[in-house]
Amino acid sequence: MTLLEIRSLTHWFGGLRAVHDFNLDLLSGELVAIIGPNGAGKTTVFNLITGVYRPTQGSIRFQGRELVGLPSHEIISLGMARTFQNIRLFRELSVLDNVRIAHYARTHYSVWEALFRLPRFTREEERVRHEALELLDIFGLADLAELPAKSLPYGQQRRLEIARALATQPKLVLLDEPAAGMNPAEIDQLMETIRWLRSEFNLTILLIEHQMRVVMNIAERIKVLDFGQTIAEGTPQEIQHNPLVIEAYLGEETVL
Amino acid sequence: MKKAFWDRWGLPLILLLIFPLTILLPRSGLINPYIDLVLKYIGINIILTVSLNLVNGYMGEFSVGHAGFMAIGAYVASILTVWVFPPQWEAVLFPLALLAGGAAAGLAGLGIAFPSFRTRGDYLAIVTLAFNMIIKSILENLEVLGGPRGFMGMTKLTTLWWVYLMVILVIYLARNYVYSSFGRGVLSIREDETAANLVSVNTRQVKVLTFVFSAFLAGLAGGLFAHELQFINPRSFTILKSTDMLVMVYLGGIGSLGGSILGATVFTVVMEGLRSVLQAVGISQEWRLVVAPLMLILLMLFRPRGIMGLREFRFLLPREERSEVIRAAREAARAKAVIGEVRS
Amino acid sequence: MEFYVQQVLNALQVGSVYALIALGYTMVYGILTMINFAHGDIFMVSTYLAFFFSTFLLATFADLPPVMAFVATLLVAMFGTALLAVLIERVAYKPLRTAPRISAVITALGVGLFLENFMVAFKPVGPAPRFLPALIPQVNYTFGGVTVSSIQIVIILVSALVMFLLDTIVRRTMVGMAMRAISWDKFTAPLMGIPVDRVISITFALGASIAAVGGTLYGMAYTIDPYMGIRIGWWAFISAVVGGIGNIRGAMLGGFILGFVEIFTPVFLPSTYRDFVAFSLLLVLLIFRPTGILGRPIAQKV
Repeated sequence: MTLLEIRSLTHWFGGLRAVHDFNLDLLSGELVAIIGPNGAGKTTVFNLITGVYRPTQGSIRFQGRELVGLPSHEIISLGMARTFQNIRLFRELSVLDNVRIAHYARTHYSVWEALFRLPRFTREEERVRHEALELLDIFGLADLAELPAKSLPYGQQRRLEIARALATQPKLVLLDEPAAGMNPAEIDQLMETIRWLRSEFNLTILLIEHQMRVVMNIAERIKVLDFGQTIAEGTPQEIQHNPLVIEAYLGEETVL
Repeated sequence: MKKAFWDRWGLPLILLLIFPLTILLPRSGLINPYIDLVLKYIGINIILTVSLNLVNGYMGEFSVGHAGFMAIGAYVASILTVWVFPPQWEAVLFPLALLAGGAAAGLAGLGIAFPSFRTRGDYLAIVTLAFNMIIKSILENLEVLGGPRGFMGMTKLTTLWWVYLMVILVIYLARNYVYSSFGRGVLSIREDETAANLVSVNTRQVKVLTFVFSAFLAGLAGGLFAHELQFINPRSFTILKSTDMLVMVYLGGIGSLGGSILGATVFTVVMEGLRSVLQAVGISQEWRLVVAPLMLILLMLFRPRGIMGLREFRFLLPREERSEVIRAAREAARAKAVIGEVRS
Repeated sequence: MEFYVQQVLNALQVGSVYALIALGYTMVYGILTMINFAHGDIFMVSTYLAFFFSTFLLATFADLPPVMAFVATLLVAMFGTALLAVLIERVAYKPLRTAPRISAVITALGVGLFLENFMVAFKPVGPAPRFLPALIPQVNYTFGGVTVSSIQIVIILVSALVMFLLDTIVRRTMVGMAMRAISWDKFTAPLMGIPVDRVISITFALGASIAAVGGTLYGMAYTIDPYMGIRIGWWAFISAVVGGIGNIRGAMLGGFILGFVEIFTPVFLPSTYRDFVAFSLLLVLLIFRPTGILGRPIAQKV
């Protein structure tokens, strides 16, 4: 089942074309990576999919539903989640609150019920708290629930960001350079985590990453972008030996 | 068992016990009219501070024209009690007038909410200031409401106990709002609006709710204010008033209801205290007006988060948010997971 | 017909003053991306500087030729106001350059209000309106049905001269280039050897002294009081926003637009609606075209 279908996605920032004719068919359960040199337009693609920008041209369909024109929060509610290159947690808020906020769209009480603490509010709040703590426990963060997010070490902040993303119960997760700033041991663990996330939560994953080890080891399919254009697409093996890709990264033919 | 009882019922009991005092003390003459007045002002200022804190403190937005909402509440409530309500029922219908004033102000709050979708920071500050000026300008031009000379004829319906009840109601509602998914949405907007949208928070909805609620509260305070002074004119609701509100919010602590109570109390007491001090020393009262802006500047330079910062008094936290309760919930969640594992 | 020509002249007079003050707002915004809410009150202080100095001057040297009196007052007002602005910048704004935006906004508001209330409380000043002594003899010239006063001519000409000078400074001198560099890229500018702090102070000084020109000119035609900063400062601010804040030509354009609003609103509506029209114009602009008529749109990177 095609979960995400992108056609002719093009986006201009003023006179600069950041993304040109990007296409993608993402099947349920797949793990696809988007790679390319800095400034190739990878994060822009993520921003376009999640509604941060409205694409100049093109269509994005998620489970058959057209996303272009929808506000971000609605797109997320449809079953998508994303993490960021530079972690964007709610730093002053507690670990627990960071996860609870992601329950916003799935919390079913009105303002009145909240203002006057009617029974539905109490029930829903309890459910949200419980689910949030469960999720935190899975990531080993439950003991830190009350600490402000900013006080966590980098590795745990990354985990919290992923936990927060999962709190929206997504079918598709967009990971933006999850390995940034990690040492090799942490990267190994990250790869395990991603594989585990995928099977445990039944996820489809779209990944932006610079670290070739991660990409080559876990991606099933890779798309390569350069200057906004797709210059190659295929399995890790195919990409590794593609001269266009090598040139884009290194500027000349090199053996990887 | 005893501790659990006090934990749950302690605060409501204390508040209940104070209530008859607020009726008796002024009546019996045990506190003189001046103290009565100052206490009422403290209460009104607490409501104003909480109102502005929701938008500027919790949500991190830039409203600097909240006096406009206060003006609307003041005028609408006054119109009702002076022109619409039959005199013998004034006192009974007073809360209705206050609510109507608040509702009208809340409606005006929509007027600020929509621009806030597209503008942030300095620009929103200007929008709110322009809004304040426009309200003042409209009121000055409405001859039927007295124009620049003002509106009068209100009965002194604002008693200490009415202020007391209103303050408790406002803090209760504000606290409930803050400790709910909407409140968390508000905080997320302050922290990182784009990220908030990307974790399913409908930021537009949250902004509308918060601006309307905040404006409503300011309108309530306006109604109380009008029926204490028994006379209001557009000049009472200019940027000077908005600045007073700003000082109280930033003095007490952004993002803290306890801070709002503190900030409002300290500010009101200091300003009143200055009145007596200046009189005693023989300096003209006009120097009092220099104090608030000066305080504002010093606060911004040296302690922008205020007395309380982002912290909150324990007694204001809802039970479920207190540490022990969260810890217990965590254990319960873990126990359930273990049982689930054992079973499978 | 003469009526309209007359009103156009009046609008030019008033608009010139707004334009001069608007320049201060726009220059500071251009370089610091900060709205100096205290600028209107700095203008107000400049009018009082002009008032006190000219009163003193004419009391001491009764037969001073008008041009000298005028120029002397102008220079003193410009210098004094520039000093004040630099002081404010160093004490209140500089420490907050890295703080969240709202701190700077609120501090600026605080500074403005402080100046107002200080002037009201300060005995030699006080809240009562004052007149400047006549620096230039008031002579009225009449053509057709149109009356032009000498003061009006001075205001319009001096303003035009100052605006021309400023435009030249910004576009043709090193300082101007430094100012523009900082406004385009605040982080790289110091790496290019630009003394950012000094240029920022110069910008404040420049904006303030131009406002002081406006202040002196204004004082020659109207009465002054400590609360005029709110009225006039706000109108000048709206001018800056309408024209495009951060854009010098925009500030000039905006000033004249607001001048026309001020003069022509009473023609069609009761004069008490002036504020309403001006602020509604501001609101509409902020919502639909926040960068103003000549402003450039700003893109944001996520």
